[in-house]
Amino acid sequence: MSDLDQFRSETRAWLEANCPPEMREPVRDDADVYWGGRKATFKNDAQKAWFEACRDKGYTVPAWPTEYGGAGLSPAEAKVLREEMSRINARSPLSSFGIWMLGPALLQFGTEQQKLKYLNEIARGEIRWCQGYSEPGSGSDLVSLQTYGEDKGDHWIVNGQKIWTSYADKADWIFCLVRTDKNDKYRGITFMLFDMETPGVSTKPILLISGNSPFCETFFDDVEVPKQYGDGIPAQVGEVNRGWDVAKYLLGHEREMISGADGGDRTAAIGATLTRAAGAPLDPVLRAELAMFDVDALAYAAMGEKFLDEVKVGKAHPAQPNMMKYAGTELNKRRHELIMAAGGSAALEWDSSESSEGAKPRAWLRTKANSIEGGTSEVMLNVIAKRILELPGA
Amino acid sequence: MPLYHDDDQAMLADTAAQFMGEEGAIAKQLRHWRDKGCKDGFGHALWKQMAEMGFTGILVPEADGGLGMGHVEAGIVLEEIGRNLTPSPFLTSSVMAATALGQGGDDLRARYLPGLLAGDSVFAVAIDEGAKHNPDRIACKAEKSGNGFRLNGKKDFVVQGASADMIVVAARTSGSETDAEGITLFAVPRDAAGMGHNSVRLVDSSMASHITFENVELDGDAVIGEVDGGRAVLNRVLDAGRVGAAAEGVGVARGSMDMTVDYLKQRKQFGKLIGEFQALQHRAAHLYSEVEIARAAVIKAQQLLDAGAENASLMASVAKAKAGKAAGLAVKEGVQMHGGIGMTDEYDIGLYMKRDRALAEFMGDVYYHAGRVAEMSGY
Repeated sequence: MSDLDQFRSETRAWLEANCPPEMREPVRDDADVYWGGRKATFKNDAQKAWFEACRDKGYTVPAWPTEYGGAGLSPAEAKVLREEMSRINARSPLSSFGIWMLGPALLQFGTEQQKLKYLNEIARGEIRWCQGYSEPGSGSDLVSLQTYGEDKGDHWIVNGQKIWTSYADKADWIFCLVRTDKNDKYRGITFMLFDMETPGVSTKPILLISGNSPFCETFFDDVEVPKQYGDGIPAQVGEVNRGWDVAKYLLGHEREMISGADGGDRTAAIGATLTRAAGAPLDPVLRAELAMFDVDALAYAAMGEKFLDEVKVGKAHPAQPNMMKYAGTELNKRRHELIMAAGGSAALEWDSSESSEGAKPRAWLRTKANSIEGGTSEVMLNVIAKRILELPGA
Repeated sequence: MPLYHDDDQAMLADTAAQFMGEEGAIAKQLRHWRDKGCKDGFGHALWKQMAEMGFTGILVPEADGGLGMGHVEAGIVLEEIGRNLTPSPFLTSSVMAATALGQGGDDLRARYLPGLLAGDSVFAVAIDEGAKHNPDRIACKAEKSGNGFRLNGKKDFVVQGASADMIVVAARTSGSETDAEGITLFAVPRDAAGMGHNSVRLVDSSMASHITFENVELDGDAVIGEVDGGRAVLNRVLDAGRVGAAAEGVGVARGSMDMTVDYLKQRKQFGKLIGEFQALQHRAAHLYSEVEIARAAVIKAQQLLDAGAENASLMASVAKAKAGKAAGLAVKEGVQMHGGIGMTDEYDIGLYMKRDRALAEFMGDVYYHAGRVAEMSGY
């Protein structure tokens, strides 16, 4: 038995012993997803037990080094764990922008002390982070952002407004792009970290077309951010005024995440499920559309696998996450259009219990943001044209 | 197994790219033989060179004198064939017929494989009956006759059929024409009496035959695999053909896309390079995305086929359909973005469009394979 086979059988046994049956059921509502943080509560004992077992094993962030709260798994081992979890439909024990976004940025740009402090807090689900990027006047043109941090010697005074801050009202800390030099567009931005409970920070949820409010407006009114939180723990990640490098790196991660490259629902075929659910043969033209979709979805699943394999060994083009994000989100929008079409009038119900409180129409509407958030499809195409195809003037 | 080429495969890709780029180039092969009105539609000298490179026996087991490689490696050669529009009997002979012969007995392999390995023999595969690919329906009939069989019926779209020294023929030995079982595969030699070829030139300058069989007498040893049990062999041949044609399709797509992106960087209108226009940039970027995804689907299908995985055949159809979509887009955008010169025979971009059209039909088009994906998925 190879080491990897050995690891697989151990992992399988560990999951069998530690993943409660309730945690192998599909996620039904927001409370089924555990985000951690100071304000977090568990929906039930199973969710708590599963989270704690993973936390203690380092499996909330399996590939992170053990000193930062991970399990130190190799890429191949992490893939085995993902496969084994997916085999039993195990839920993710902890969802977190800290894991998906800030963590990778810290691993790349953080000081050792920052990594020890923040990565462990993230891995243990103690601090919930949100991301302050977009502003009312800076969407696709993110680098034009105006939120300003004035240098006051040992601290910054931050003023401005962010928008589309996911779960800002539930987050403990924010990683935030703040202009610290008005004279340099690209080299005048600092990637700052601060507590959402700091006086002057306020949030206001935005009601979306899906009827949900996952995003907020976030206001900064004379927010005092100390320049140092401790020895080797500056307020910013990377250097002052060089936050755009961190932001760009992180956008790659965000795009990769939104792309659904790692498989799951995003890449599954849907024709058979939707036909079964309809209980009667679907219109032949709709069936044909489903078949064409399934071809694209299964091909994209292979692309996701290839992309992640290539990322691991540094073979992927650095701009490839933009392609993944473009293709993955456009596919997901198409998926939900077809789910709505196959569902017919039953898929229109907004708040009946039969419709799980309108799960289908809400999810369908939610997907429309996929090709906007984290960079629009049009921006993705711009980046592909410029950085991959090297077209002129792009 | 990671979904990219390992070091040996990357080396093979370099070798194949260099070889096809030089020896298999459009001017040297496709245009040359087309303009000569060549009856084969390809050059035998190149086939001989491909044998010297080891390509012709890439899927043939080492025990039979081949390289004993897999569909990933065969696909590497095919992608370069696609990029350069190199006409050759590689797909029908070294991929499909070789897959069939791999299921044949020692005598059959000893009779045909040496010629393939040496680049002396060319093989064809006769499956389609009618203008649309539908291997579920096989009407061509082989009845028991003495120690052998008597073959009657017709086959269409037999690519390079008139040039082939042997044709793998799927015929019905029992049951009715849409039965899954009752199929037998035969290795029919070129000199078999009663076989009629109507060889026609296709839009891409390749040659294909309408073949008629009129009381063609075959020895019992012409049977590949089991009598009446040929469906399993046929399915292997089909999957090899699907994945192979998909790999070639990705090559066509990449060749067409590269040529088009280069053109966007050279052609000036309104005082600037047309590649500066966002209307074209976005379309080129979308095309890139589609071609990348098709390529991933094809490599996945190749690996599954090599591993003998259960879902290999499903993925083979995904790959053929997706490669067809991507290549179709690549050639259409290619001609459009080239503008007027894209319509001229002098520019190669139109040749990509023609090759894509023929390749799209070969072993089933996007509609056939999307439908097959639906059926295999249970809807």
